[in-house]
Amino acid sequence: MERIIDQQLGILRDKLLLLGGTTEMALRRSMQSLENRDSVLAQKVIKDDRIVNEMELEIDQLCIEIIALHQPAAYDLRFVISVAKITPVLERIADHAANIAEAALILNDHPEVRSFNDLYSMAEIAGEMLKDTLDAFTSEDGKLSRQVIKRDKEIDRAYDRVFGELIELMIQTPSVTSPAAHLLFVAKHLERIGDYVKDICELNVYLTEAAFIKHKPIKKKKKKEEE
Amino acid sequence: MTNKISIRELDFYYGQHQALFDISLDISEREVMAFIGPSGCGKSTFLRTLNRMNDTIPGARVKGSVEIDGSDIYASRTDVVTLRRKVGMVFQKSNPFPKSIFENVAYGIRINRMHTSKTDLADRVEKALRDAALWEEVKDRLNTSAFGLSGGQQQRLCIARALAVQPEVLLMDEPASALDPIATQKIEELVVELKKDYTIAIVTHNMQQAARVSDKTAFFMLGKLIEVNPTQRMFTNPDEKLTEDYITGRFG
Repeated sequence: MERIIDQQLGILRDKLLLLGGTTEMALRRSMQSLENRDSVLAQKVIKDDRIVNEMELEIDQLCIEIIALHQPAAYDLRFVISVAKITPVLERIADHAANIAEAALILNDHPEVRSFNDLYSMAEIAGEMLKDTLDAFTSEDGKLSRQVIKRDKEIDRAYDRVFGELIELMIQTPSVTSPAAHLLFVAKHLERIGDYVKDICELNVYLTEAAFIKHKPIKKKKKKEEE
Repeated sequence: MTNKISIRELDFYYGQHQALFDISLDISEREVMAFIGPSGCGKSTFLRTLNRMNDTIPGARVKGSVEIDGSDIYASRTDVVTLRRKVGMVFQKSNPFPKSIFENVAYGIRINRMHTSKTDLADRVEKALRDAALWEEVKDRLNTSAFGLSGGQQQRLCIARALAVQPEVLLMDEPASALDPIATQKIEELVVELKKDYTIAIVTHNMQQAARVSDKTAFFMLGKLIEVNPTQRMFTNPDEKLTEDYITGRFG
């Protein structure tokens, strides 16, 4: 027999996945608006951010209701806590997507600066990581979550390269400083998205293994330093 | 923490029917341990083995050992009356004697001849009532019938009665299951307070109550001890799938 709480947890799962899907789409569209110089699409991404905010509030409310009315324990409790902590992270990722779209609007008013492949590969990796972490959440796959965490380094390395190239460009061609600075912001947004996806992966591990892997215990860290 | 109670390989039988299977468990001094599990899982039977309350049941048999402070309570030299004074018990249904509030608490002190004078008796009664968080509510009507108290007060009177003979261990068998939320909260606060001086074992069907008041939780099913762990671990990440299924309500 299905427990009453199962129905609520099912709704919560669906709402989170819908938020995840909407966030993925926002990220993809924001980069498309930049690549294709599509200001209409950029406007849509910015406008749709409100939908994400509403979704966040709905999920918050449902988490509070489940805790208050059903007093979840063990896996159920970890599930509700994980969803409550993943939700604002997804919302922030969507905020970054909206910020990229805002940058796209400005950049689309300037002549195109040369294409930065690393910027698009950063977005590609971030998109894949986001998709994989949502898959890992759905399938309760702690192993996949740990693999996704490792990919954040790929984004960081690409960011370093983009950063160097853009600074170089600003020095060489001061007339493009303004658009280059906006591209730098875009790169920074993507780098942050990588960090946020990592946070979600860590919460997936908490959900499946009840282990906190976000911060290493102080003692171990000290030991390492001593070594 | 030192072990107050050590149970080893305990089997318990009601005649031919085996109710407990190979239970080994330690309860530390000044610790609250909650026993949870579905009805008929043996948790109350187990609680009652700790002060030999099952002895009165015809055909009841125990194998294995229960040691309190290192002495086997089932050894032939054990004086059961002394044992039950040391290991007090509070039941699901409050059961005050048909006497005054004062006499209910004084009874055990009197029969055990623990007092030295009338004043000493009154002092002991007051202390027990204070320890049971009941004194302020009854101090002006000590000589009225205990039946005039509310359900929650009657239960705290029974706790005072148990405390009056200065036990070291308190066994509580669903002490708040018949009480309203406010009276329940008082009993729970009392358990937390009493833990400073007593070792407490509490059987409860209310999982949130176990979570709130106990340091450790033991989960029983079909007469077997499935898991014992610190309560916070038990309710966030139990070791056993059966425990997980029980505390999340996957089976009754």
